[in-house]
Amino acid sequence: MEAFGLLLHGFAVLLTWKTLVLMMVGLVLGIFVGVLPGLGGPNGVAILLPLTFTMDPTSAIVMLSCIYWGALFGGAITSILFNIPGEAWSVATTFDGYPMAQQGRAAEALTAAFTSSFIGSLVAVLLITFLAPMISSFALKFGPPEFFAVYLLTFCSFVGLGREAKHKTLISMSLGLLLAGIGMDTVSGQLRMTFGSSELLRGINFLVAVIGLFGISEILLTMEERLALRGHAASISLRVVLSVWKDLPKYWVTLLRSSFIGCWLGITPGGAIAASFMGYNLAKRFSKDPESFGKGRIEGVFAPETAAHASGTSALLPMLALGIPGSGTAAILLGGLMVWGLNPGPLLFVEHKDFVWGLIASMYLGNVVGLVLVLTTVPIFASILRVPFAAVAPMIVASCAIGAYAIQNAMFDIWLMLGFGVVGYVFKKIGIPLAPFTLALVLGSRAEDAFRLSMIGSGGELKVFWSNGLVGSITTLAIVLLFWPAIDGLLARIGWMQRSRTISR
Amino acid sequence: MRIPVKAVGAATALLLSAPAFAGWEPTKPVEIVVAAGAGGASDQMARMMQAAIQKNDLMKQPMVVSLKGGASGAEALMYMKSSEGDPNKVLIAYSLIYMLPLSAKIPFNWRELTPVSVIALDQFVLWDNSAGPKTVKEFVDAAKAAAVPFKMGGTGSKREDHVLTVFLEQKTGAKFSYLPYKSGGEAATQLVGNHTESNVNNPSENLEVWRAGQVRPLCVFDKERIAYTSKVTDTQSWADIPTCKEEGIDVQYLMLRAMFLPGKVTPEQQAFYVELFHKVTQTVEYKDYMEKQALKPIFLTGKDMMQFLEEDDATNKSLMMEAGFVAK
Repeated sequence: MEAFGLLLHGFAVLLTWKTLVLMMVGLVLGIFVGVLPGLGGPNGVAILLPLTFTMDPTSAIVMLSCIYWGALFGGAITSILFNIPGEAWSVATTFDGYPMAQQGRAAEALTAAFTSSFIGSLVAVLLITFLAPMISSFALKFGPPEFFAVYLLTFCSFVGLGREAKHKTLISMSLGLLLAGIGMDTVSGQLRMTFGSSELLRGINFLVAVIGLFGISEILLTMEERLALRGHAASISLRVVLSVWKDLPKYWVTLLRSSFIGCWLGITPGGAIAASFMGYNLAKRFSKDPESFGKGRIEGVFAPETAAHASGTSALLPMLALGIPGSGTAAILLGGLMVWGLNPGPLLFVEHKDFVWGLIASMYLGNVVGLVLVLTTVPIFASILRVPFAAVAPMIVASCAIGAYAIQNAMFDIWLMLGFGVVGYVFKKIGIPLAPFTLALVLGSRAEDAFRLSMIGSGGELKVFWSNGLVGSITTLAIVLLFWPAIDGLLARIGWMQRSRTISR
Repeated sequence: MRIPVKAVGAATALLLSAPAFAGWEPTKPVEIVVAAGAGGASDQMARMMQAAIQKNDLMKQPMVVSLKGGASGAEALMYMKSSEGDPNKVLIAYSLIYMLPLSAKIPFNWRELTPVSVIALDQFVLWDNSAGPKTVKEFVDAAKAAAVPFKMGGTGSKREDHVLTVFLEQKTGAKFSYLPYKSGGEAATQLVGNHTESNVNNPSENLEVWRAGQVRPLCVFDKERIAYTSKVTDTQSWADIPTCKEEGIDVQYLMLRAMFLPGKVTPEQQAFYVELFHKVTQTVEYKDYMEKQALKPIFLTGKDMMQFLEEDDATNKSLMMEAGFVAK
């Protein structure tokens, strides 16, 4: 077992006091940037990357991967406490995490989020360790039709499995798709819907929209409800952590399913976001009590967090093996590798074994140390909710504005964020779900590009979506999910309900 | 993917020792603005310069890479345009400064920026999958005979890759379906995965997959072969790739890699950067990079650079006209 021996060697190199201190520093910095909405993982790593130029490569990798873990863990904190997703893939975590915090179960939700991040990442790191060569050839199977099929699957699972009224989901999704079209169209090379404004050239940044839609609108709603943040003094002690862990085995199916979805989608670039939504939707679909989702169910935190982190971590694999970054943070890490003279590509695993295994070993260690660190801080973060709203709200608004500005260093984005805040408020008032809107905004243009590239390549034949086993089965699954309520009803009517339930469990 | 890169804190500044310079020098961290996505050729080059400057102490202030690849790079151009008078931003430009204003009617003219220096010329190579045809002739024949047109991967629409594809069609009579991907890296992976039959990537974008034996270089779009003769793969060096002209396809294209400051900066500020990038071209990091990524080293500044830019602009314009990519 060559992989195992190399991994052990990697651990041996890392276990020194100096490295452990660097790890702690990296993690704390990472959590800090993760907590600021919009600043998130990519920016954190980007800001701190030049710090590592003067270090030896091993220390530099350890530091960077720990900043990465810290930011991942930190992102969940704002999603749960303030309904502000720090990263695109944290959006699904807010669905149940935020209601839990409002019910005074913030500590429980945070523990669940951290623990499932840990589990998801661990599964993905194990996958990287043992299956790296096989997996990278799987990633190569994805051409435009396959990518489109995956996006289609995500959209369809939303419509078919969503709890909201179908027409509202569709309205929300269509609006998102419309806004996703703003800016440069890669396929034709033309500008669309910019109306001569150079600010709109860039298109609408997803994170700016999310900070406004979720964060600012939440502040507006809370203000309306007489300045009372409904978070209550949570029972803050280590007992919460232990009680959540005690219940973990009950959710093993959810955890396993989400890890699987995460790893699968993570190795296709840009899959982490799709993974978190799909993890959530499938958990809801297979639950005995789907109605309780979105109202503060712990499973609704486990499912998306596990999937998002499994895919966020396995996204490092295509980056190392193919040089294609699967996430924003992976893209910055890629830049770092090149500064150290390591060119990601198929030969990296052969020519720079020591580096690759050092990185993988630091992923294990960083994950474990990170979990311990964040769990000890759960009480501190949960107690933020006890601070009066009048004091917390201005700080949240300020940090939202900083985050929105920092994404592209553009003042325009702050106005955009405020505009989305109002849109989010109106949507919540008239009962239009925000999630399909954000999903369409983030995946819309990718789905469009993939669809049009497929059409160019096939000469306009829709058959291309059934042209091989892989793309055919994903597309078919997407269509089945889209019409799932009808299919489910049909199955029930001919008396198969009982049987299908047993199978699904 | 758009990733902002923020200024580095004082901590990094303290780590760097201070070389002595006469005249103006930056007082804030300097941003290298990249008009492309992460991991592309521009980004790699910017990282190389960042490391060369930092490791050789060429500047007191740290340098940060700022990725502004949104809107196919138009984001970076507008950002530079709106940063008039700010001497702490420097654009690493390529042919998009001529092409984008023509194809997408972006309100931008490179003459509004302050030219610093041309630092390299980049090559284009015709690549196919290593399981595909072995020579240009076989490739062209196969493309002509194909029932469904061969798919050509490239970066962006109505840009250098697309222009080359159009000229390839004109010279050979074969038809291609051009697939615009978001980056050269993506175009490389798609070729390896057999989702396209060919691409016209820069050497740096396909280098790693070539070394891994997954793609094959067919010919280089230049008048002469690439000069580097040390082996890149077990059997081949860059110099072993024939020119397309040798193979009967008379198409040539070289792309500039040049540094620009925003408009309205002072001559002292301009002089500082001319000197800085001149020093960069003397570093080991730069020289290694040129050879490894098969770029043509060059250093033009002042009048020479202006002359080069005007001529290059005219060439690009006529290519774009001929390919039918100029927006009405």
